[in-house]
Amino acid sequence: MKRIPQILMLLGTLCLLTLFVFPMWKIQLFAPQYPDGVTMYIWINKLGGDSPGTLQNVNILNHYIGMKYIEPDAIPELKYFQWIILGMVGLGVAAAFWNKRSGFLIWLILLALIGILGMYDFYLWEYDYGHNLSPKAPIKIPDASFQPPLIGTKIILNFVAKSLPHTGGYFFMLSGVLAAVAWWLKGKQKS
Amino acid sequence: MKKHPVQKIFGFLALTSMLVLFFASCNSNSNSPTSGVLGDDVASQVYVGPGEYDEFYGFMSGGFSGQISVYGLPSGRMLKVIPVFSQDAEKGYGYNEETKPMLNTSHGFIPWDDSHHPELSQTNGETDGRWIFINGNNTPRVARIDLSTFETAEIIEIPNSGGNHSSPFTTENTEYVVAGTRFGVPYPQADVAINSYAENFKGMLSFIKVDPNSGEMEIAFQVLLPAFDYDLAHSGKGKSHGWTFFTTYNTEEKSTLLEVNASQNDKDFIAAINWKKAEEYIAAGNYKEMPANYAHNVYDEETHMATSTMMKSVKVLTPEDCPGLVYFLPTPKSPHGVDVDDTGEYIIGNGKLSADLSVHSFTKMQEAIANESFETEIAGVPVLKFEDILAGVVEKAGLGPLHTEFDGRGNAYTSFFISSEVVKWKVGTWEVLDRAPTYYSVGHLMIPGGDSRNPQGKYLVALNKITKDRYLPTGPEMNHSAQLYDISGDKMKLLLDFPTIGEPHYAQGISADRIVPNVKKIYPIEDNKHPYRAMGEKDARVERDGNTVHVYMTTIRSHFAPDNIEGIKVGDKVYFHVTNLEQDWDVPHGFAVQGAQNAELLIMPGQTETLYWEPKSVGVYPFYCTDFCSALHQEMQGYIRVSPANSNIALKWGLGEEEDQS
Ligand SMILES: [Cu+2]
Repeated sequence: MKRIPQILMLLGTLCLLTLFVFPMWKIQLFAPQYPDGVTMYIWINKLGGDSPGTLQNVNILNHYIGMKYIEPDAIPELKYFQWIILGMVGLGVAAAFWNKRSGFLIWLILLALIGILGMYDFYLWEYDYGHNLSPKAPIKIPDASFQPPLIGTKIILNFVAKSLPHTGGYFFMLSGVLAAVAWWLKGKQKS
Repeated sequence: MKKHPVQKIFGFLALTSMLVLFFASCNSNSNSPTSGVLGDDVASQVYVGPGEYDEFYGFMSGGFSGQISVYGLPSGRMLKVIPVFSQDAEKGYGYNEETKPMLNTSHGFIPWDDSHHPELSQTNGETDGRWIFINGNNTPRVARIDLSTFETAEIIEIPNSGGNHSSPFTTENTEYVVAGTRFGVPYPQADVAINSYAENFKGMLSFIKVDPNSGEMEIAFQVLLPAFDYDLAHSGKGKSHGWTFFTTYNTEEKSTLLEVNASQNDKDFIAAINWKKAEEYIAAGNYKEMPANYAHNVYDEETHMATSTMMKSVKVLTPEDCPGLVYFLPTPKSPHGVDVDDTGEYIIGNGKLSADLSVHSFTKMQEAIANESFETEIAGVPVLKFEDILAGVVEKAGLGPLHTEFDGRGNAYTSFFISSEVVKWKVGTWEVLDRAPTYYSVGHLMIPGGDSRNPQGKYLVALNKITKDRYLPTGPEMNHSAQLYDISGDKMKLLLDFPTIGEPHYAQGISADRIVPNVKKIYPIEDNKHPYRAMGEKDARVERDGNTVHVYMTTIRSHFAPDNIEGIKVGDKVYFHVTNLEQDWDVPHGFAVQGAQNAELLIMPGQTETLYWEPKSVGVYPFYCTDFCSALHQEMQGYIRVSPANSNIALKWGLGEEEDQS
């Protein structure tokens, strides 16, 4: 019984490793002539789709409105974010072995900060793609917003765009929940 | 305008007959197709709603169009025309440099043929949806179409043959597809008097081995027989697996006025070939390797190119040297189709000049062979006794039986050309169960899997030879008509009429779920091994080699790269190698250039195709995308500048560069 918080803390930490296996986020575009939808996945270190051609297909769509090409090589986050996660895994394991309530809390706060900053960063990229349009775009629609939704559903021209966390993202949240429960149980044990 | 009294009477008669019809159809469950509106709901049986899929694919031969057309059944909606033996300007097939070799033969480039009998590949006697084969009748050939792409993958020419009609009927594991000559021809071809037919002409039956993995075809052996006309064929199945049966007519061996001269014998033959025995003779070296010259053309899906190889010999088996290889089964009278029922026991000879259908028993045939009960021998081939092998006769079923298929429930369906009907009869008791008129003069008929061991006997399609008044008139030439019947009940029920391409001689049907999961949507660009591919716009360029110019061009929505080309000279030989960089389903781009003497290109995603162009005069000529690919399709265009032959304008190409301001 006494070891439960420590085990939970360790489990929560290890949840982060799933980010190397599953995508964190999913963006889908639906339109009548795309009956299966166009599905893009954001991984911790790459962008992909449900087919090798997806990114190209999205870029072809985007170029009509002068949106920048989405080029994974030009997104530095895809290079360094994995190191942040690995660092958090290291810290989490250390906190679990240190087995102090304050250690759990510090880790939890760090994780929340990373989550919030990550979403803010995601928003900035979306804002950039949605607003930084080429003046030579073939199709210009004044006042139209092309920025994809941060989370949820939005209509962009002829498309319905849907943006939601994917498996990796849910594990990230689970990781925080487990750490929080560990911190809470640890507090109960003391009293 | 005043009506003439006669017109009034006709008007009255028409009105009363309509009323009579109306009440008649209300009160009876008539078999008339119009009863759908009023009686049982025929319309809903063939209605496939918008966006819904048909239950079956139907593959119809194009006859003199040389192609295969693909239909959805039961709706009768046309899905695609697959170019096979004929050039097709719509798709650039046979016009672009990649597919020209597909139409190469020992006679050189042949842009047309007469395609007759599609045949699906089978595994364990069931259609497996991997390939469909079809014969070219005029310049004897057999083609294989890959059903993952619905494109022609291979064409092999048949040597020592004239009129490849009894082809390409498969064995039950697609070990072989066959090719029997309709015309006797001198063997080997020679300058001889035509009236020396009986002496100098021969009939050759070919067995084409199909590689079980790649599908690639190879002529395994030919069987040398008398110069009868070998009309149709089918292979045994189940207990008769290992045998292939060919009908013959003109056993009189005449070369003139066949209409009369080839209709004299009371009985012609079904030639039964024991191909397993043939394999033994081949293995034992009991054949003659004969010089020959025939083309073998293969399309490579990764290079997106066809290559043509001339083959130089063929193995020939002769009945005299190979006892037990061939038997003749006497069959009345000039039989057209030979059809083996789904159990493999019964061999139906459709004697087209007879009123009866003669059915042979495979078991009895085996007994007669074991007892060596032979009537005579012709050219080393034992002729069995008609009475020995006869299982039964479907008597006076109709006039002009042509072809029979089976529903897997013990029933057979025979087309009767002269009496223009389909007749359903019971296998084993030979009694006629039902008959349905066709509009008009049915040739072959088709039940999905109806010539396999496991028919999917829900529908029957009649392939009619005469159309007349079935559709809105379109001048003297009318499309041939097909008719769909529901055969799931005791009575056949006519559901639908639909026009077809060319003349479908035969068709094949298969439930869609055996094909759909394997259908490709794009060609992966990373697999493109075309020698002139451009894997991205960075590879787009123009290269000159003497007066030959290679343009490495790419397409992606919505531009060509390059789209401005200069430095081309009159008399150059220009090859546009266009790679479609798209990787999305149903985004082909087209390429057309003014003055091209061939056709357009229609390039599928991930594919490279080449158009040859010879500029004849100085000027600047536009090229453009022919397939409406996007909102900016009409902007997808470019220019090529042609300078005088002696000019020294440098080669120059580009995309999106600003115009010269000077
Ligand atoms: Cu285009």
